[in-house]
Amino acid sequence: MMVLIRRTELQVGKLFADGQIPGSVHLCIGQEAVPAGIMSALTPEDTITSTHRGHGHVIAKGTDLAGFFKEIMGRAGGVCGGRGGSMHVADMSVGILGANGIVGGGISIALGNALAHRLRRTGKIAVAIFGDGARAEGVFHESLNISSLWGLPLLFVCENNKWAEFSPSSRHFGADLGKLAEAFGLEHAQVDGNDVAAVSKAAEAAVASIRNGGRPFVLECVTLRLRGHYEGDPQKYRDPAELPGSEGNDPIARAAEVMRAFTKGEAELSAIEERVALKVEDAVRQAKDDPPPDFQDALRGVYTAVREA
Amino acid sequence: MAETRFGRAINQAIAECMEKDPSVILLGEDVGAADGPFKVTRGLLQKFGPERVFDTPISEAAIVGAAIGAAMGGLKPIVEVMFMDFITLALDALANQAAKARFMFGGQCSIPIVVRTPHGGGLSAGAQHSQCLEAWVAHVPGLKVVCPSTPSDAYGLFKAALADPDPVVFVENKAMYSMAGELDTGSAACSIGSGRVARPGRDVTVVTYGASVHTVLAATQDLAGNGIDVEVVDLRSIQPWDKEMVFSSVSRTHRVVIVHEAVLEFGVGAEISARIGEDLFDELDAPVVRVGAPFMPVPFAKSLEEQYTPGVDAVTAGILKVTA
Repeated sequence: MMVLIRRTELQVGKLFADGQIPGSVHLCIGQEAVPAGIMSALTPEDTITSTHRGHGHVIAKGTDLAGFFKEIMGRAGGVCGGRGGSMHVADMSVGILGANGIVGGGISIALGNALAHRLRRTGKIAVAIFGDGARAEGVFHESLNISSLWGLPLLFVCENNKWAEFSPSSRHFGADLGKLAEAFGLEHAQVDGNDVAAVSKAAEAAVASIRNGGRPFVLECVTLRLRGHYEGDPQKYRDPAELPGSEGNDPIARAAEVMRAFTKGEAELSAIEERVALKVEDAVRQAKDDPPPDFQDALRGVYTAVREA
Repeated sequence: MAETRFGRAINQAIAECMEKDPSVILLGEDVGAADGPFKVTRGLLQKFGPERVFDTPISEAAIVGAAIGAAMGGLKPIVEVMFMDFITLALDALANQAAKARFMFGGQCSIPIVVRTPHGGGLSAGAQHSQCLEAWVAHVPGLKVVCPSTPSDAYGLFKAALADPDPVVFVENKAMYSMAGELDTGSAACSIGSGRVARPGRDVTVVTYGASVHTVLAATQDLAGNGIDVEVVDLRSIQPWDKEMVFSSVSRTHRVVIVHEAVLEFGVGAEISARIGEDLFDELDAPVVRVGAPFMPVPFAKSLEEQYTPGVDAVTAGILKVTA
């Protein structure tokens, strides 16, 4: 999964640089262990809300890769018909209630969806994924409070890549996330977000705690953003020494290291690389062949068509 | 037909919807144990219990956002925002999330939520508890906005709003909660987007909505003595508004005044006036006249607020101007 996300993101970066993806894209290169680890603990019916840096989340949750590429390239066959784009990929069929262009915008949606899970007794949970920058948004604190008061099946996943847009998040958030969770009476954990096995294990424990106890859980995954806030970001605000030193912390390299310890690890790694390369290539080819969306269709899509009685 | 009060009619509509459809839930500040700040939700917690009626913390952003997520999960949430002034705190949820989810996600979901909120002055409630902000929400593609003026319309429009698959902002003028009127529960006459002729007339059309309908009707009494026969169109629905009804009336009277309690600048009247100017210019015998509040915050002192609020005199002056 991590290799698939990485390969997809590299391809997205390339297509963007070639002018084949309009708008802007925010890549999650270096953070792949978080979506891969979190989604491994969820069922297809569990629901997530994601962020502007959400490609990894939606791919790991199971959206169709060709539908994903079509969407961010603005094609008719995109999972949102080309109306959403990179920051607004949603796929309700696999429980993706939308990436979100508003920092913190998805948190309260996940909160309400968790309420629906509880009231409809689905036995499923909602997951609010947000970045470290969103910790400063008021709606995050409101949602912590309400989820605690109402005992909702909600997993808060803070993907802490240490950068809130163009500023180190230490300058944006003056509290400790774990202590904040505690203040609301919520269980919490912090995990090395670049160790996919650790993320997966922590997510499973958090999900089990929510399913069994009916209380929300706050999981912080500490990771590192290897690219800029957006593609093309010159990152002049960032110490160049930070990035080379992080190479040993690449989540994919670390997982590969673990695999190589097994006899057939190297062969398996090559097989994954090969399979993923073909899959991404095929999805991009399909996206390039897809027509642009129809404007009249889009215009008709603002409101739900009400059938005449 | 039974007589009932405006607030009570909304209460009845909510209760009937909740009885009929178990997926309807109610969220809001003090809507449960306290019966609602204006008692509109009286008795609903006792009737439907705490798994249907939720007293929320004072967290407008999160409760409107939560309503969206609950709607995505198959529920039909009704949210009360205690004063329309407080929608400022929930505008991300309303304008960026609820309004756009259907479009932006390619039609994968609809967001069937109703956000009830009281607007309007007259209670010396001051600058932050009296505003009429319907134009703000009417400006956002994806939202619908209604504002009834009678108990029957409040009842019927509420049911139409909840049955609507898209997000609807249901605006209630708080000065009208205790207003009594006949309640016609049988008629299905209320649909979003359809106005009503509150008074037929020949000489001039007045387009209005909400509590201003009653101000205008009072003005027409005086004017009838002067031989000016006014037709009053109650829009009921602001987004979308009943262009057909307004245009048909103006095409008969050739003169139009638009009245609302909100400030004039960039308001609902500005939009309607612009449309009439664009599409119906040849039918007009006089320039369109608008009557609304001056461009200032709603003042507190009773004497100031009385001068601020467009009353019968201002409406009469507007009608005399357009018929001069």
